[in-house]
Amino acid sequence: MSKQLLLGDEAIAQGALDAGLSGVYAYPGTPSTEITEYIQNSPGTKEEGIHSRWSANEKTAMEAALGMSFAGKRALVCMKHVGMNVAADCFVNSAITGVNGGLVVLAADDPSMHSSQNEQDSRFYGDFSLLPVLEPSNQQEAYDMAYSAFELSEQTNEPILLRVVTRLAHSRSGVERKEKKSQNANSCVDDRMQFVLLPGNAKRRYANLVVKQTELLTLSEESFYNVYTDGSDKHLGIVACGIGYNYLMENFPEGCPYPVLKIGQYPLPQKQLKRLFGACDEILVIEDGQPFVERLLQGYLNQGKTIHGRYDGTLPRTGELNPDNVALAVGKENKAEFIVPEVVQMRPPALCDGCGHRDLYTVLTEILKTEYPSHRVFGDIGCYTLGAGAPFYAIHSCVDMGASITMAKGAADAGLYPAVAVIGDSTFTHSGMTGLLDCVNENANVTIIISDNETTGMTGGQDSAGTGKIEAICLGLGVQPEHLRVVVPLKKNYEEMRTILREEIEYKGVSVIIPRRECIQTLKRKNSKK
Amino acid sequence: MKKDILLSGVGGQGILSIATVIGKAALKCGLYMKQAEVHGMSQRGGDVQSNLRISDAPIASDLIPTAGCDLIISMEPMESLRYLPYLNKTGWVVTNEVPFINIPTYPELSAVLAEISKLPRKVVLDIEAIAKELGSVRTANMVLLGATTPFLGIDYKHIEESIRDIFARKGEEIVAMNLKALAAGKALAEDKMK
Repeated sequence: MSKQLLLGDEAIAQGALDAGLSGVYAYPGTPSTEITEYIQNSPGTKEEGIHSRWSANEKTAMEAALGMSFAGKRALVCMKHVGMNVAADCFVNSAITGVNGGLVVLAADDPSMHSSQNEQDSRFYGDFSLLPVLEPSNQQEAYDMAYSAFELSEQTNEPILLRVVTRLAHSRSGVERKEKKSQNANSCVDDRMQFVLLPGNAKRRYANLVVKQTELLTLSEESFYNVYTDGSDKHLGIVACGIGYNYLMENFPEGCPYPVLKIGQYPLPQKQLKRLFGACDEILVIEDGQPFVERLLQGYLNQGKTIHGRYDGTLPRTGELNPDNVALAVGKENKAEFIVPEVVQMRPPALCDGCGHRDLYTVLTEILKTEYPSHRVFGDIGCYTLGAGAPFYAIHSCVDMGASITMAKGAADAGLYPAVAVIGDSTFTHSGMTGLLDCVNENANVTIIISDNETTGMTGGQDSAGTGKIEAICLGLGVQPEHLRVVVPLKKNYEEMRTILREEIEYKGVSVIIPRRECIQTLKRKNSKK
Repeated sequence: MKKDILLSGVGGQGILSIATVIGKAALKCGLYMKQAEVHGMSQRGGDVQSNLRISDAPIASDLIPTAGCDLIISMEPMESLRYLPYLNKTGWVVTNEVPFINIPTYPELSAVLAEISKLPRKVVLDIEAIAKELGSVRTANMVLLGATTPFLGIDYKHIEESIRDIFARKGEEIVAMNLKALAAGKALAEDKMK
């Protein structure tokens, strides 16, 4: 079969489809979004009844996928690394329940925080959940691993964590496909207690999971994703994980002189590591993300063999790997011939011209800065986070999905006034609704602005779970109808917006203001399709 | 054969459509390729770049090393300077000369163009004006692509074929318009190189 040009994300999606996938469950998040989009747009998805609609958040996605696995079919869950925190409750416990149909959890990490709040490394989740982790180095491996992860899941009866980083997720290359498998039939396990994690049963199952680690280790040692390549120069032995291997080989086009252990499957293969340790004087660990392997090899007291990596400064402690910092780690240097002239200015991302969030911030900052100097605005995750910068400087926090509402509540509890929250519609249904209930139950003195553009904007305009339902949700949670205000954020409505904002800030209790106007990017795409 | 190309511009300018044409042509020639793109937050009017690597041997890294790039293709003059440390000693810069000003700190255009003129190997052109003259501003990026064809290491006819494939479903007229833009860019670059 000829090669197809696919993004790392698309290769994963195609691998899952060819492995007999029955459903993908996900909430959009850079750099994982394109996986679900690819499945949604695949011609076979509709014909074969493959589930691909977006979920409200990563937790609901993970749980639905576990449910699909419970019923015997193969399911894929996709999220960005911080989404793992949202899904973690179910993810960690799914290791103890085990699976029925193959279950693959895809975490797309974002070292260097290109579009994220942190650079947490999802391999730690696999480690403490005691689950196998696969980490591809290129697009072909991304495809192959997604494909074989379902086999591995059904073989071990455990979910498999597939971990990629931004550079692989968003890079294209030629990918060769395997034979397409058919979906599993619907079937439940005979053991009716398998998924019942009451303490008595959970203890038994957890003990089994611990025993299973020996089998998982053997699988890693026998995996062809963990490859030992001998080298003539034994001064150094290199452990290269995932995409780190590419940067290493970029620096040795004629072949690496040092022994190299390429890691693509965890738990770490002990046999091969022992061989590398036995053969080499010192060890260098090249891994993108946090120093996960390096820390394990070093041990807390660091009294064994010298381990180089991110802890000793051989590689930078933070940020993603690249050919240049890996060159330095192996004693080479790529020297620039040209420098960036001083005339070049930063060009940070900004809200689009004509975006409704702009109108909101224009009026909001005008009122707060002139009339309520003691105000603070709690922001959230989405395009409107860009209101933190020029020209608005409008928000004073951005922490995690939904935190605007609950942080505003806590601050209001502490006496801050006015405490204003700005959250988008998709983020509100992802994780804001429960916080709003907390506010309502105590009638907290907060002004919550749900800036509704009827889409999930920042990730490229995916469907938003609450479109058309936001008022009903707020009223259902107990917001007083007279303090639920809707307005169209347009210049001609600025006076109305000012009045509403003043009235609701003055009201001592929960108010929700919904400035609603469709995202101009989404609108543009819709119009061009017409 | 090995070409490392860096495409730059501002989010929304369409650098990826240029990359797609080159990428398809490379695959047709049976070459290996890797193309790293920027998705997500930066696409909202920030600076964006794409690393396109083409080779007759397997490619290791998705990213081009410092001083490893053979060609910078830029939709915007200031953005053509941002990635200069990646350009190798004999590398070319092919850039549009019309600025995209969406920041208050955008420098004087003359200062930007002066920096570009200091570079040993460059082609600077007003792609919008050329495209407009040909009858369609929308083909501006194909003018830019045309201007890079002397440096791509891929036969011109393969680039043409790639454009035909990509625009085929939009009709013969659109295909012809884009091919004309491509040819105009090529002629201009060849003229400037003399």
